[in-house]
Amino acid sequence: MKRILEVKNLQVDLPTANGTLRAVRGIDLHVNKGEMLCIVGESGCGKSMTSMALMGLLPKRAAITAEAMQFDGMDLLSLSKKERNQVRGMRMSMIFQEPMTSLNPSYTLGNQLCEGIIKHKGLSREKAKERAVYLLERAGVPYPEKRLNQYPHQLSGGLRQRVIIAMALMCEPDLIIADEPTTALDVTIQAQILRLIRELQQEFGTAVIFITHDLGVVARIADRVAVMYAGQVVETASAEALFANPLHPYTQGLLNCIPIPGKTKPGSHLASIPGVVPSLIGEFKGCAFENRCSVSTSECRRRTPNLAIKPSSADHQVRCPEVSLSFQEAV
Amino acid sequence: MLVFVTRRLLVALSVALTVSIVSFLLLHFSGDLATSIAGPDATAEQVEKIRVEFGLDQPIVEQYFHWLVSAVQLNFGRSYYFQDTVISLIRERLPITLTLGGLALGLAILVAIPLGVIAAIKQNTWIDRLALSFAVIGQAMPSFWFGLTLIIVFAVNLHWLPAGGNSSWQHFVLPAICLGYYAMPAMMRLTRTGMLEVLNSDYIRTARSKGLNESTVVLKHALRNAVIPVVALAAVELGFMLGGSVIVESVFSLRGLGQLAWDAISRNDYPVVQAVVLIIAVFYIALTFFADVLNALLDPRLRVR
Repeated sequence: MKRILEVKNLQVDLPTANGTLRAVRGIDLHVNKGEMLCIVGESGCGKSMTSMALMGLLPKRAAITAEAMQFDGMDLLSLSKKERNQVRGMRMSMIFQEPMTSLNPSYTLGNQLCEGIIKHKGLSREKAKERAVYLLERAGVPYPEKRLNQYPHQLSGGLRQRVIIAMALMCEPDLIIADEPTTALDVTIQAQILRLIRELQQEFGTAVIFITHDLGVVARIADRVAVMYAGQVVETASAEALFANPLHPYTQGLLNCIPIPGKTKPGSHLASIPGVVPSLIGEFKGCAFENRCSVSTSECRRRTPNLAIKPSSADHQVRCPEVSLSFQEAV
Repeated sequence: MLVFVTRRLLVALSVALTVSIVSFLLLHFSGDLATSIAGPDATAEQVEKIRVEFGLDQPIVEQYFHWLVSAVQLNFGRSYYFQDTVISLIRERLPITLTLGGLALGLAILVAIPLGVIAAIKQNTWIDRLALSFAVIGQAMPSFWFGLTLIIVFAVNLHWLPAGGNSSWQHFVLPAICLGYYAMPAMMRLTRTGMLEVLNSDYIRTARSKGLNESTVVLKHALRNAVIPVVALAAVELGFMLGGSVIVESVFSLRGLGQLAWDAISRNDYPVVQAVVLIIAVFYIALTFFADVLNALLDPRLRVR
């Protein structure tokens, strides 16, 4: 399968009052054409920072380095500001977490939907509007023609998110980054929006990086999954393999936390992972999950683990010395 | 939008009416007008004669309505001190004040908004600091001192511009700079904080994610939202400049409305005082109304109420 995005050893550092925060500490990931990659992790694990780095939307003070950040053969980091603007919006676009505040209150939806395609593809206003109406309809917005002249405050949160999804699709991008697009919505709307993103992704063959903290969401839509912890990918696999056979203790812990209807006793305490995420300010040695891990040894504190490939399937990688030890035994 | 404008118009009218009542009453309760018009040496009969002549013996409600009906027809009576009708005094003075206020506001807007935008974009750099120092100096400098400095530098030493009077447009340059610089700092600061807030908002991130040019992001998406409070401030400042430019007017010997008000107050020339207060209040109300309409045009959310 052809890769649309390939990232090697991505690092994002943010200067803070207490020292440098190493928000993303060497991430490797790739996205194939037309596939849905889910990045899962808890708050502060660097998943949003990763998406901002990919879009080139990090705050100015953030320092970003990577061995490679290839998008369809282009090195994103060496592009000029103008070239980057061409790629962003036209070939990769973004769906945001907050539909209530992500649209400009002062301009009509039509204006905001069309401005990107008019700039990037030089379309006439009429042609751009036609496409906007078509996509609004596809995104399940009722009365799409009427919406073009409406303002964001006239729509509900769910409808606004549909508009933002349509907006992300305007220029037929190759890659959409969706940063927790359902978190701010009601549960019933969440399910609709998830289904919509999945449907449109398959219909248009767009690759999607879907960022979420919700493994339930991952199970429903992902082709592949990358689990992030403390600024690193700790496990990556196809969705099937990950749910059938989670290898990393953190992934296993996360899956244990999900209550299963019929199995989990009502009223009983839900499982949790003890301890807290370590501070990522300053240099960090050893495995970041060591202090919360059930299988950690003294070795884990000293050596920073690398991603190891599971022998039976090259697509399944895990960052844990204890688990990779078992790989060697198996071979 | 039509409903919005009509409603605002009704509010403006009722405010104007209230102001007219208050300004009418204030003067009437400030002392016996007949006595003060007649002067300290007048006999009791002369005072009574004046009371009847000026209609001051009528019931106060009647006096008010009489005055209001004439005021609407722009008939404010005769000045006690100047040998002229009040309206011709105002006709003579108002254009000077309007020109000065308009120029000063225009200048303030032209400098304050771009400066505020640049300061916000270059936050915490030397450009930002320079802009802020410029604002602090403007706020700290008394306008009479700044006015005199302008006269010394540009009129006395360089001979570029006249020092005082109002016979040509050149006469308005220095006073407009003086008054404009006074209005500028607040507008610049408000633009700057507004821009800083808006530039950090989610919809600016959305605009950037569409790959728009930085100038489109700043000028189209950010400025329109950041400038809304500045519009209201500009309206208030223009209103203030119409009524409160006495100092600048006297420094530059411009015989405007502020000077007229000052002369009238110090001489108990109460028809003039009432007329000036009413006219300035009406301007204030009109400006607020226009600011509201302009804001509603900028921000559709405001059109609802």
